[in-house]
Formats: sequence, C-alpha cells, structure tokens
Amino acid sequence: MDFNYFGELTINGALVGLMYALVALGIVLVYKASRYANLAQGAFAMVGGYTCVFFSASAGLPIWLAIPLTVLLLYGAGVLVERLVLRRMIGQPIIMVIMLTLGLEILLRGLVPGLFGSAVKRLDLGIAQAPLFLGEILINRGFLMGGIVALVLIAAAILFFNSRLGVTMRAVSDDQIASWSVGIRVERVIAMAWGMAGIAAAAAGILWGSVQGVDWTLSLLLLKALAIAILGGLDSVPGVLVAGLIIGICEALAAGYLDKLVGGGTRDVVASVIILATVLIRPHGLFGREHIERV
Amino acid sequence: MFYRAAGIRHTRYESDRRLWRLPFDRWLVGAVVLLLLIAPFVVNSLYLGTYMLPWLVWATATLGLNLLMGGAGQVHLGYGAVMAIGAYGSVHLARAGLPFELVLLAAGFLSATIGVVFGAAALRVKGLYLAISTLAMQYLVDFVIVHVPAISGGTQATLQVPKITFFGMRVVSDVDNYYLALFVCALVTLFMLNVRRTSLGRALAAVREKDYAAEIIGVSTFRYKLLAFWVSSFIGGVVGCLFAFCYYKAVTPEQFHLELSIQLLAAVIVGGLGSVLGSFFGAALILLAPVILNNVIGAASRAFSLNVSADIAAHAPLMLYGALIVGFLLFEPLGLAKIYNNVRNYFVVWPFRHARK
Repeated sequence: MDFNYFGELTINGALVGLMYALVALGIVLVYKASRYANLAQGAFAMVGGYTCVFFSASAGLPIWLAIPLTVLLLYGAGVLVERLVLRRMIGQPIIMVIMLTLGLEILLRGLVPGLFGSAVKRLDLGIAQAPLFLGEILINRGFLMGGIVALVLIAAAILFFNSRLGVTMRAVSDDQIASWSVGIRVERVIAMAWGMAGIAAAAAGILWGSVQGVDWTLSLLLLKALAIAILGGLDSVPGVLVAGLIIGICEALAAGYLDKLVGGGTRDVVASVIILATVLIRPHGLFGREHIERV
Repeated sequence: MFYRAAGIRHTRYESDRRLWRLPFDRWLVGAVVLLLLIAPFVVNSLYLGTYMLPWLVWATATLGLNLLMGGAGQVHLGYGAVMAIGAYGSVHLARAGLPFELVLLAAGFLSATIGVVFGAAALRVKGLYLAISTLAMQYLVDFVIVHVPAISGGTQATLQVPKITFFGMRVVSDVDNYYLALFVCALVTLFMLNVRRTSLGRALAAVREKDYAAEIIGVSTFRYKLLAFWVSSFIGGVVGCLFAFCYYKAVTPEQFHLELSIQLLAAVIVGGLGSVLGSFFGAALILLAPVILNNVIGAASRAFSLNVSADIAAHAPLMLYGALIVGFLLFEPLGLAKIYNNVRNYFVVWPFRHARK
C-alpha cells in the first residue's frame, strides 16, 4: 500500500468533508431551533454561489465586497423564508414541512438557473490553482481554504450557543411554549436560526462554487449534508464537525480504492450507505439527543 | 343542485355503506368510465398516446404512493426506485419468455419484496429520518441498477421490451396499450377505493395518526407498516412494468431517477393526501402543467415578441413543480381533491347554504 496516496486521500477527504459540513451546519442549526428539517439547504447553497457570481462577475464588484454582500443577502433570504413560508406551517404534521422544504428546493433549483443561466460559471476567489506540497502529499488550496472557513464557522456556532442569544435558542429547541412563557420571542429566535443557516449556505455556495464552478449541481450537496447531519446527530453542532470528517474521509477512500473495482461512482453512494447504517444502528446519530415520545 | 341529496334515505346498512351514496355521484362515475372506455374512438390517437396513456400510468403510480403517504402516513422519497425494480424485473422476465400476465404479477412481487426493505427503515424511524432514508435508498438502487451489467445491460444501455400478448390479445398499438393501462388502473383504483373500508385500511389510518398509540390499542405497527410498504411497492412494481411496456417501450436508468419520485410526490401533494380522486387530478396536473406552461410561454413570447431565454424554458417545469408543491401546501394542504369537495359540498345543499356540514 502506498502510504503517500493514502495520506493524500485522507487529508483532502477531510478538507472536503469539512466543506460538506458547512452545508450540514445550516440543517443542524434550523433543526436545533425549530425541529424542522431544512431540505432546501442544498438549493440555498446554490443560491449563494449564484449570488456571489452575480455580484462579482455581472455587477463587477470586487470579490472582497461581493462575499459580504452575498452573506448578507442569504441571511435575509433565510429570515424571509421563515417569515413567509415556514411560519404558516406551525402545527402542521412534520410530513408537510418536509414536503414544503423539498418543494422549495425544487423551486429554487428551477428558478435560479432559469434566471441566471444554467451554464457552469467560474467563481474566482483569488486562490492559487497550484497545489500545496506537504512533503510528498499534494493538498488542494481551494479545499484547504474551505476547510479552514468551515472550521471557523463551526467553532463560531459552538461559541454562539454559549452566548446569551445561543442560550435562548437552546431554550426554544427544548420547549417552545415554556420559552414563550418566560418572555423569549420564539419566532424571532427561529427566524435567526434560518438566517444563520443562510450564512452557512452562502459560505458553502461560495467555496464550493470556487472549487467546482457554479451551476445547479451545487444543490446536490444536500445529500452529503443530510448524511453528515444524520450521522452527527441532527441537533449537535460538534457532531457536524466529526461526521463531516468521517464522511469526507470515507468518500475519498472509497473513490480512491473502490472505484477501480466497481467502475466508478462509489463516491456518491457512500453518503447513502452511511445514512442507512446510521438510521438502522443508531437513529439519533453519534452526538444527537435521543427523542422520546409520549402519547 | 346537481348532487340531489333530498329524498334519499338509506334504510339498509348496505345502501349506507355504498361507495357512492348519491345517485348523481354514481352517474358521474359511470359517465367518466364510459368516456375512458370510448376515448380511443373519439380522441385523436396522438393525444391518446401522449396525454391519456401517461395520465393513466402516472395516476396509478400516484395511487400506489398515496396508499403509503396518505393512507399510512409514511414518507417515501424513493418511489421511482421501487418502480425501476418492477420495470427492470419485468423486462428481464419477459425476455426470458414468461407470459405477460405473470410478468405483471412477478414485477409486483419483486418490487414488493425489495420495497419491504425500505419499510425496515420505517420500523426504526419516522418522519424526517424516514424521508432521508428512503432518499438514500433511491440513490442506492440507482447505483446498483447502473453498475450491475446483468440488470441494466451495461452502462448507457437501453433495454427494448419484447412484444407481448395479454390474455391472448396482442398488445401492439397505442390503443391496445391504453386499454391495458386502463385495466390495471381500474383494478388499482377499485382496490384503493375499498381499502379504507377494510380492517387493513383502518389499521393503516391508526398507524398514520399516531403509531405508538395504535400499538397500545392492539394494532401491530410492525406488521402494518411493513404491509403498507409491501402493498404500495407491489403497486409500484406493477406500474413500473406498465411504464416499461405500455409507455416507454424501453427501459433506461434515467427514467426512474429521483425526478420521477419527486414528480409522483408532487402529484400526491397537489392531488390531495389520501384521496383516490385527488391522485387522478394530481397526476393530470403534474403531467399537463409543463405542457401548458410551455405553450403559454411560447404564445406569450410570440404575442409580445418577448425573448424568453432557453434557460427559462428548460427550467420551467422544475419551477412549476416547486411552485405547485409550495403553493398547495401553503394554501390548500389537502390539494385538488379538497377543492373538488368544497365545490361538491356547496352544491349538495344548494341553495340552503346554512345546512352545509
């Protein structure tokens, strides 16, 4: 076995996994605050990529201005979606909310490429294309950048949950009615969670867009993000980090070693296999809280 | 007005338990059945093959999915994969020389056997987790079909379906295919209409409302969840077979990707969860809406000499599906069937609106 090859796969896989985790972070934040699944997160990431391309390429803004604008816009979009769509679904069965976010995903996947063009767009963040050498091991600079941003955002999310606002969000996720009665504005907290999901989506869309180009395939990140969220536990932010690393490394190793045996495409089934294994063995994930139901 | 309820008294339980209790409803159903039967002689064969036939096939698939989602309350995002199993199984069996009547059943049994595995996830989890697990299974089935040459016939391969006979009649033209689809559709519809009056339907409804509460009153959730997946997958397999033999006449993996699952999901939501009539409405809207929209876009761009880009035209169906799902969930969560019911309820007691239930 070639140790360098293994190391290269592992390190780049881990970085890619961290970038997946960025998308998963949005799902976990929304689930933590409101118990709603956000299946539109992949499409949000796509919107983030398209928005950044729009600001930087079409509107001609410098990239250091385009990125904050994108983040701001996506925060607004998240809050808006919660206000206009999700808030009307309070009290509806969970199946309706799942369908609704899925419908939103389909709508965005049609609307955004339809309006801005479905051809792949280049998004240049000024990251050098040449790989970084760590001894014999090649590291993709784009992935490295993405991994660092993901680490920073996940750390920020963990710190956030220890702040005053974060504590209210934890209270809301624990018991909405009890939080209401002690004066927490539950709607505002949930809207903020959606906004933060929008920020995570913007970061994911921009970083992934710079790596693979911006087109509708960015929304396919949803499946990987779901796998990470499920494996890590839907309401655990540290779980996102660990599960992201696991899934990224598993994918890279599967693509590196198994593809030769079965003829390609294993990268995309790893996420599915991990979802099924998690659901069958430990449905609440590695760090998630076990959900107990009462009649 | 139309639906005269006045003067109709049910004096025996049999008449009270009928499927259609008002004479007008029975006449309406009779008229629709008659129309469907004579459609090949009135409707242009092009329309028959491109609108009526797919409508019947899609409606049957929607009915199968609706049994699971509306009847038993289990989310299924991988129905396309279930149909793919039926389609591929039936094509291989028919090529091996099995008569088509048996192929149709075997496709159902094959899909049901594998589809129950989807249900195994439903025993562990529900709601969101179930949705994601079925989504994962859709991808897995797609992967297996594409990567096992014995099933797909190699990468990028298309399997042609062999010529078939059904109970001694050769099924060749669009009209034959239409009647075959109508036959299967009628069977499934009858089953779906009656299932809610059986112990199975009631047990499924109990599981749908609260599964552990159902368990407490003695309905085995284990059994009925698996049964729901079994029956629904059986229908899915049969419809997959129809897809292959009646509509596409060939199978490729692309026909059964996630897009199909989402289409059927949209049809269920738009038509109305748990409604038989709604499944037909939903399938019609999902199939027709993109066509109508494209015509509207085309006409609008000609009339106002607008320049509609190819991108918008290509993504219009996707936008439409998304907008339909979101719109219906927000404004009429029970779908077109509920709208029909509102109209019907209005006319049942017209002009005595205060008597409306």
